[in-house]
Amino acid sequence: MNLHVSSRDIGERTLDIVSEMKSLEGPLLPILHEIQAEFGYVPQEALPIIARELNLSRAEVHGVVSFYHDYRDHPAGRHVLKLCRAEACQSMGGDALAERVKSLLGIDFHQTTLDGAVTLEPVYCLGLCSTAPAAMLDGEVHGRLDADAVRDLVAEVRA
Amino acid sequence: MPLVSEIDFGTPASRSEKMVTLTIDGNEITVPEGTSIMRASMEAGIKVPKLCATDMVDAFGSCRLCLVEIEGRNGTPASCTTPVAPGITVHTQTSRLKDIRKGVMELYISDHPLDCLTCAANGDCELQDMAGAVGLRDVRYGYEGDNHVKARNNGDINAKWMPMDESNPYFTYDPSKCIVCSRCVRACEEVQGTFALTIEGRGFGSRVSPGMHENFLESECVSCGACVQACPTATLTEKSVIAIGQPEHSVVTTCAYCGVGCSFKAEMRGEELVRMVPWKDGQANRGHSCVKGRFAYGYSTHKERILNPMIREKITDPWREVSWEEALAHTAGEFRRIQYQYGRESVGGITSSRCTNEETYLVQKLIRAGFGNNNVDTCARVCHSPTGYGLGATFGTSAGTQNFDSVEHTDVVIIIGANPTDGHPVFASRLKKRLRQGAKLIVVDPRRTDIVSSPHIKASHHLPLRPGTNVAVVTSLAHVIVTEGLYDEKFIRERCDWSEFEDWAAFVSEEHHSPEAVEKLSGVPAEEIRGAARLFATGGNGSIYYGLGVTEHSQGSTTVIAIANLAMVTGNIGRPGVGVNPLRGQNNVQGACDMGSFPHELPGYRHVSDDATRETFEKLWGVTISNEPGLRIPNMLDAAVDGSFKGIYIQGEDILQSDPDTKHVQAGLAAMECVVVQDLFLNETANYAHVFLPGSTFLEKDGTFTNAERRINRVRKVMTPRNGYADWEVTQKLAQAMGLDWNYSHPSEIMDEIAATTPSFAMVSYGYLEKMGSVQWPCNEKAPLGSPIMHIDGFVRGKGKFIRTEYVATDEKTGPRFPLLLTTGRILSQYNVGAQTRRTDNVVWHEEDRLEIHPNDAEMRGVRDGDWVKLQSRSGDTTLRALITERVAPGVVYTTFHHPTTQANVITTDFSDWATNCPEYKVTAVQISPSNGPSQWQIDYDEQARHSRRITGKMEAAE
Repeated sequence: MNLHVSSRDIGERTLDIVSEMKSLEGPLLPILHEIQAEFGYVPQEALPIIARELNLSRAEVHGVVSFYHDYRDHPAGRHVLKLCRAEACQSMGGDALAERVKSLLGIDFHQTTLDGAVTLEPVYCLGLCSTAPAAMLDGEVHGRLDADAVRDLVAEVRA
Repeated sequence: MPLVSEIDFGTPASRSEKMVTLTIDGNEITVPEGTSIMRASMEAGIKVPKLCATDMVDAFGSCRLCLVEIEGRNGTPASCTTPVAPGITVHTQTSRLKDIRKGVMELYISDHPLDCLTCAANGDCELQDMAGAVGLRDVRYGYEGDNHVKARNNGDINAKWMPMDESNPYFTYDPSKCIVCSRCVRACEEVQGTFALTIEGRGFGSRVSPGMHENFLESECVSCGACVQACPTATLTEKSVIAIGQPEHSVVTTCAYCGVGCSFKAEMRGEELVRMVPWKDGQANRGHSCVKGRFAYGYSTHKERILNPMIREKITDPWREVSWEEALAHTAGEFRRIQYQYGRESVGGITSSRCTNEETYLVQKLIRAGFGNNNVDTCARVCHSPTGYGLGATFGTSAGTQNFDSVEHTDVVIIIGANPTDGHPVFASRLKKRLRQGAKLIVVDPRRTDIVSSPHIKASHHLPLRPGTNVAVVTSLAHVIVTEGLYDEKFIRERCDWSEFEDWAAFVSEEHHSPEAVEKLSGVPAEEIRGAARLFATGGNGSIYYGLGVTEHSQGSTTVIAIANLAMVTGNIGRPGVGVNPLRGQNNVQGACDMGSFPHELPGYRHVSDDATRETFEKLWGVTISNEPGLRIPNMLDAAVDGSFKGIYIQGEDILQSDPDTKHVQAGLAAMECVVVQDLFLNETANYAHVFLPGSTFLEKDGTFTNAERRINRVRKVMTPRNGYADWEVTQKLAQAMGLDWNYSHPSEIMDEIAATTPSFAMVSYGYLEKMGSVQWPCNEKAPLGSPIMHIDGFVRGKGKFIRTEYVATDEKTGPRFPLLLTTGRILSQYNVGAQTRRTDNVVWHEEDRLEIHPNDAEMRGVRDGDWVKLQSRSGDTTLRALITERVAPGVVYTTFHHPTTQANVITTDFSDWATNCPEYKVTAVQISPSNGPSQWQIDYDEQARHSRRITGKMEAAE
């Protein structure tokens, strides 16, 4: 993941991605996913290019991007830790676990540690209610978390 | 005179012919199938509470206020999204519904400011109305906690609050008052078709966002005002309403900008105009508007407007303000002196396409009856005179064949040499709506205009031809249709002369009209021409819309004929959704032509050599009318330079800026002894005038305008003329000063005279217009309701006439010295010479004319974006700043002509249409080179203009 892409590169790469994918049916969401995979976030400069190529307005693309929390407007840390905050996990001690993770990392939700190692995010149900409380680290799910397990997770991302 | 209140039915009308009967609150009502329960209720006089619904956009079902109960159905469906069904029984008010509505309103109001008394929408707020309608008395949630209303929450910054966006000069966006009903977003999409707005975020965080969280001015917004009209609260509000307050009465009138002729309600407080709001019943615009008509009326009270008559001996003298009596007596004396000294033919006049039919009629009458010659012309000379010639020769009438509603039925549209999103924005919005429904589009234009590709619009074929090759390309389209056997033989045999068709078909089938041959000279790939021709011939209802990119060429008339041929050969004439439609530039250019403004035609397009027609007018006017055509504008100027033409009366036209070859116009005007300019401002032509008669705006007079679809619309006076007289009164007073016995007391009497003398207007009167709203001519005993579509059962001239259209290249050719082709056009926010729009806040969108140039051409000449460049042709040179863009093809440059400091017409040449002398604005061979700033000519011109505008006793007007 390249965190220091110039806006010129963003333009060219975006155009490549859009050209490749615009023939899909309903191409906007897949394109945005691909752009986020490419840059680690959806750069604002990419939106007018996507709009032009798909014959949409800038406003429409912005409306879609801002609707989905998963599309970032700036790069995340090297790791992304998502803690489930939905009802089942809360009932199984999710609140206390969240506070513990926050204090271990020294950050709040939606923040990234100063060393750029990890971004902490809430998520509303991972579908793992039967193994609550649950979390997802870099796309991999973890269930039945307790204080020790989160300490291990944090240690892993801090390494 | 109260406010014209329009009923909001909540959802658009259904077009179904099948009727459905249902019962709503005990009333039996029958409506077309597909009608919403909300609309059906309103038709029965029952107002279901609503916030997110309005009949300019489709139902959305988000506010949950319009719920109803239907017997035998579960739940409480939204009446806006639920269609009627036969036999159902609907209740709009039950205790269950009352509770739900109150609960919903409570939530809305818990996140809305409570500053109703000082709010700009006070008196015109649907949220306020609904709170009243549902009986809201209390908000149990309080106003603390999360909100969008307060800048600070308990001392902390409220991240959800956003400040007011005042970037647009005409309206404000106050997010704190927004209820997120999406009406603005949907109006921008469905009505205007720009898609500049969206809802950003989700849930409680949802907000209306122009562009990508930009301000309105920087976003894609074109300021058409549809969102402001749609907003139920004060979130989007006209700045004029904020400044003045709510209007107390309104008058329906017609916009004085382009040829679409939109109907507006002028909403007034006393004699002060509060705002212009498009009128839903306006049959040209159907409730829509653009930035010019909706907002750009500030020129009428601009400080540079001249309100007193002025005269001067020499054009180097300063102006001297005089009384109306003195100015008119002086003018009459001068014209009489000149005619005595130089002969009857030494004076003439120009009618205005900006003035009313009645005013235009009077000016030509003054010239024919008072001056005693036919030296009358009008600005249509420089725009659509080829339309008159071409359509007259082929169909038998000099006007478009359709109404604007016709576009709703079209399947394939060809746009040639027109830029409707800038020049005719309201028509463009209606067209785009049809294109989004699936109609196909073919664009023939050297530039990649916005209609070629914009959100949700994509032309199937764009034929980017070299300027000047219209005839070749359109004839080549016919070649494909004829040689591939795609023509409509039945239509041609029934409606046209078959042997003329055969002759023409043989002509277009010749090899040199094939797309492959034409590609070489037009630069349009042969496959594109073939594809476009096949699509047009086989795609269903085919319509052609064209503009000045067709007419303003040395072969303008030929192209119009070629277009008419194309419509006939494909059978696309005489029903909705088809036809040939000139998009006329000015509000009343159609009317000015109808009213006999041409030197060879009396009102109703009847030639001056026709004895019967002359006799009609001679009897009525008590004069003898010359049977010889008079001088056209270019001939008047030529004659002036030769010394035989000495005096001219110009009403509402700036020929110095708008006509080609500025230096020649200057020389002609300078050689005259009495130039009379009647205008709102000291325009460029007035720099050469000896008499200035202040004009009145469309807000200050009664009359009629005739738009591009031949629709005669009423113009109604909403305020007293600031200059003292409406323009028709000034012309009448001038006529009286010249000894003519004219005694019209109201423009309706002039219309009665027009109707009495002109068969196509026979049934038109102010009384009839009052009753009908508007009518499209011909309106006579044969067509008492007017004629929305022409040539229904046969062509006006009898048989449609196919005429050969041989392509002859213009003499204006590129070469080593002038390798680029310049073409000119308009931009959305400015209008023509800009005399009006430059004097409004529209300048924020276009403060100067720029030269569009392709990156390749720019690089070759070392020109960067924003650089000053010198633009040079055989006629002259000027300088302006470059705008580097791929919208123009390599080898082509483009500019607008809205600003006198640029004077693009210094560059254009004196070549003109072979049939009508319409100037060839659209093709000039030029060279460009980097430059440091304005040319010497521009500096001299500016100095001369400044000098010429001095008024004795007044400070020099700041430009």
